[in-house]
Amino acid sequence: MSAGPDRARGPGTAPALVVFVKECRESLRDRRVLLNALVLGPLFTPLLFLVLMHLIVGRELEKAERPLPVSVIGAQYAPNLVEDLRRQGMAQRPPVADPEGAVRDQSVDLVLRIGPRFAQDWNAGRPAQVELIFDSSRQDLRGAIDRLQSMIENTSRRVGSLRLLARGVAPALMAPVVVAVRDQATPAARGAMLLGMLPYFLILTALLGGMWLAIDTTAGERERQSLEPLLINPVARGQILLGKLLATALFSMSSLVLGLLAFLAVGHLLPSDEPGLALSIGPRFILLALPIMAPLVLLIAVAQIWVASFARSFREAQTYLGLAQLVPLVPSILLMAVPMRPQLWMSAIPVFGQQVTILHLLRGETVNLPGIVIGVLVTLAAAAGVFRLTLRLYTSERVAIAG
Amino acid sequence: MIEVHDLVKSFGAVRAVAGVSFTARDSQITGLLGPNGAGKTTTLRMLYTLMRPDSGRISVDGIDAAADPMAVRRSLGALPDARGLYKRLTARENILYFARLQGLDAEQAQARSSELIAALDMAALADRRTEGFSQGERVKTAIARALVHDPRNVVLDEPANGLDVMSTRGLRDVLRGLRAEGRCVLMSTHIMQEVAVLCDRIVIIAHGRVVADGTPDELREQSRQANLEEAFMKIIGASALQGLA
Repeated sequence: MSAGPDRARGPGTAPALVVFVKECRESLRDRRVLLNALVLGPLFTPLLFLVLMHLIVGRELEKAERPLPVSVIGAQYAPNLVEDLRRQGMAQRPPVADPEGAVRDQSVDLVLRIGPRFAQDWNAGRPAQVELIFDSSRQDLRGAIDRLQSMIENTSRRVGSLRLLARGVAPALMAPVVVAVRDQATPAARGAMLLGMLPYFLILTALLGGMWLAIDTTAGERERQSLEPLLINPVARGQILLGKLLATALFSMSSLVLGLLAFLAVGHLLPSDEPGLALSIGPRFILLALPIMAPLVLLIAVAQIWVASFARSFREAQTYLGLAQLVPLVPSILLMAVPMRPQLWMSAIPVFGQQVTILHLLRGETVNLPGIVIGVLVTLAAAAGVFRLTLRLYTSERVAIAG
Repeated sequence: MIEVHDLVKSFGAVRAVAGVSFTARDSQITGLLGPNGAGKTTTLRMLYTLMRPDSGRISVDGIDAAADPMAVRRSLGALPDARGLYKRLTARENILYFARLQGLDAEQAQARSSELIAALDMAALADRRTEGFSQGERVKTAIARALVHDPRNVVLDEPANGLDVMSTRGLRDVLRGLRAEGRCVLMSTHIMQEVAVLCDRIVIIAHGRVVADGTPDELREQSRQANLEEAFMKIIGASALQGLA
């Protein structure tokens, strides 16, 4: 060791780059980071989506097409009615001895009981009664009950009309008002309603991808007592912070890109050939979604670092960031609960604007370029603002001192 | 050379440092001795510009710390109270990281790291990840990274903390080596034996003030005690002795 004067200082790599490379290298060596940021995070949401979509779509198909099993008691009293119901999709099951008991213990879902007086009333033109026995507290039967009731009403209405006609009365008199449903949703838009949560899931993927680094490089560094030695180096705090931010953003962005690719791969498995579910998740979607999301990823990363910098330990930071994950859920829920017309001012709200734009893209609608530009600028400005807040925190003595 | 003049620092109502002045010269080991809570760590933190003093002046090799903190940081090697390493990096990578942050280029950083690894007898553990290092191995790595930019002044906060006998002896050799190279070495400690065997000059701090400053011989003379430990007792006063090992 020679105690010479300071050695000549080389041209020098920007300190931010030194910090960035070191944080990336260290994180890549941690199996938990790799698993969370680069495997589980990106795969979790597309798979969850796949399952959800199949469940939702499967349900709807079930409602419309599957034969409806109904145990019929006294079918011999109303052969015409039973035949008519069967044509509408009822699957007749043999009668049960104790219908109330059978429904209560759930061995039978639906029982239709036709009394012996049915034929007599029917023929006399009096209201002929049938009994429907079911348990309305069973959520899974809601659809089936409605369906059977509307089948019976259909038959009743048709027979009623025929009777009126036979007596020379126009059946139209029975319907003073009719509603004609003209649903203006394009098939793709209806599918996108189901996918209304997708923007949130994309943001969540980015959040999860960067979270570990945001915590480890701030609260973690403080907890492990390496922050104080780090800050003693002759490097501006802004450079150190910038390096940490870039590393966090890179992991967050990688997670998002992998997530989008997973969506692309999974996209073929989505039941999109069903009418109303044709969505535009293709290479075009990904190419447009990335530049829209990139500034948001930066904002998320810097916000995570800011929040985590208040914590004194890894665990404390995890608690804070866990709560912060719910913030981007608010606009998603808002958009689902109160469908709003996309307007320009929405683009100016970070997180919200991106969600609106991504939804647009999913619906295969034309992209609103001014909106995107405003979104990018506002989000970048917000990221710069949070960066300054964090920097102020880092130049205070409080953060510098460990423990 | 490190010159500290009338340093004051308060945290709220607590006056942690209440007017500390001393000089640490080149080619000497200066010991900052005092019980726990005497203000040693706070003084050192102001020295390596992690904290700003409320008043007072610090100069390192003639550079004013308030005016040019970056230059002071470059001319100081510091082993702070917190000495955490990055456990997923090897010892060498830990040292290299700080070398690059000190502004060395890749080649210089490699050369200087290898030099320190050899000098500190760390060859066997240099390329192991620091996770699972013993306390002594960790302190060695932390010292290496503090010296990586070849600073003329070395400041160590309780360097012997948590070290076993063997590591403590190794540390003494390292500090004597630094002195032999003409560097200015300033270390804080609350262990009297440390200063007794190592230091050329002793600055005793209690309650945020310097209560004595001199060579071990001078201190013995001043207190009229033949034994250094007795000298401390007399100088600091029994009340401040609680917490003194």
